[in-house]
Amino acid sequence: MTTAHARRSTAARPARVNPRRNSGRQTAFRILAPTAALIALFAVWQAAATWGDTAATILPSPLRVVTNGWGDRENIAEAAAATLQITVLGLVVAILAAVTIASLLSFIAPLRMTLLPLLIGAQSVPIIVLAPLFVIWFGFDAGPKIALVGIVSLLPLTLSTLQGLQSADPDAAILLRSMGASRWKVFVTLRVPSALPYFITGLRIMTSFIVVSAIFSEYVGAKTGLGIYMQTEKNLFRTDLVFAAVFVTIAIGLVLFAATYALEALLLPWERRRKAAQR
Amino acid sequence: MTSPLLTVDSVAKSFQSPRGDSTPVIRDISMRLDPGEFVSVIGPSGSGKSTLFTLLAEQTEPTSGSVTFHGDRDPKQPFSAYMPQKDLLFPWLSVEDNAALGLVLRGMSKRQSRERIAELLPTFRLEGRAKAYPFELSGGMRQRVALLRTVVQDRPVLLLDEPFGALDYLTRTELQLWLADLCAEKGLSVVLITHDVPEALFLSDRVYVLSNRPATIRMVLEQDAPRPRTLDYLETSEFKHNERVLLSELTESTRLGEGI
Repeated sequence: MTTAHARRSTAARPARVNPRRNSGRQTAFRILAPTAALIALFAVWQAAATWGDTAATILPSPLRVVTNGWGDRENIAEAAAATLQITVLGLVVAILAAVTIASLLSFIAPLRMTLLPLLIGAQSVPIIVLAPLFVIWFGFDAGPKIALVGIVSLLPLTLSTLQGLQSADPDAAILLRSMGASRWKVFVTLRVPSALPYFITGLRIMTSFIVVSAIFSEYVGAKTGLGIYMQTEKNLFRTDLVFAAVFVTIAIGLVLFAATYALEALLLPWERRRKAAQR
Repeated sequence: MTSPLLTVDSVAKSFQSPRGDSTPVIRDISMRLDPGEFVSVIGPSGSGKSTLFTLLAEQTEPTSGSVTFHGDRDPKQPFSAYMPQKDLLFPWLSVEDNAALGLVLRGMSKRQSRERIAELLPTFRLEGRAKAYPFELSGGMRQRVALLRTVVQDRPVLLLDEPFGALDYLTRTELQLWLADLCAEKGLSVVLITHDVPEALFLSDRVYVLSNRPATIRMVLEQDAPRPRTLDYLETSEFKHNERVLLSELTESTRLGEGI
């Protein structure tokens, strides 16, 4: 009786899970689950377009989108190249400006106290409405679009970078000063490395916004680019090609998102080692 | 009697609030540090130990009285190097670069500073860890890196602010034994702030006991036993007697405290 009871209780004990093996399984799940969801989504879409009572111009099937998109690949590639150019140049302008402004604000306390509330307020300005104005003022070339993309990402990037610069431990600053460091040296040795993770996070959040704002700026008026491509095809009821351009837009966003991880590995090599050590 | 390296003469320190009220933190403190001496300052928490420390580190000026350094010094550099309570190691720098911070800030090349650190790593029991990052080290190792960063600056006086406060009992004891040897071997002149009575007694030639705020020196305890001491010292009647004296003095000062 006792033996049977003991045996039963052993069997009832929950199985110990090896945490390492478990984390490998989790990684696999993390990749497989969204992939399966994506495939399911496309399957439903394909089924709805095939057997549903809708015209191909209203809801093109994903297969049709891919086939016809591939057929028009030269035009799409040309448009995508133009959009990518605006996006990347706008981002570069924004990064340079944001780092400069954040550094100045971090260094000069009165300036920070004056401008920080204004910057936070300015974040609520619907910058997208500037797009038509920019076109009216500066024309249809790439310049005003780069400026718009830059302005959209400037504020969030400035604020996250400034927050990073200010996040440095004040005791560490006192320690450095006691070692004879000037304010500039404290900035370079302590504040800049402290700000890098904030900067990268700010950049990562910006990547999806920024492609959308590039496309919107083209939507308002451009000679080439995915925005103008989508608008033209929409007017011709080529919804399949509109969707094809949307897919390319998503791809650009994902590539930029991945690029922030590459940048992180480059700028913060210790972070990767720390994450690996924690795993 | 040797001539002192550092004297603190009737120092007082008050802080002005924005409304203009003046809060005295230190009422009257006098103390001395001779070359090669190890001196501890012990007191109840909130007694103004950290303020005394900022005065010794030349980060603030006393309201009255003076802190005078008598030894040779580089007039452009502070006479002391200080080790704060938190290790404050930078997560983005390797062990060698963290330890070399003071040297690099003084204008030494990166290569030279790394060579200098490499010479000292064995003494600080950090062999083979030059390229490691702080998060890869144990608490005791991190504290030894922070101490190396302080010692390598080659300033005449070392200021240690509760350096082992955050460590577990065993690691702390191990580091105290090691620090005792290191200080005696290198002839370092040290001021240690602590609230750990056995630590102060084990390491010091002299212990200053602070009163509650505003701080004065309640008691000075001289210890003649030669340094570095071993664990056997904890068994001696001198240690046990002094421990009792200090504890009763400290608990007394807490009980008599006003305004806590």
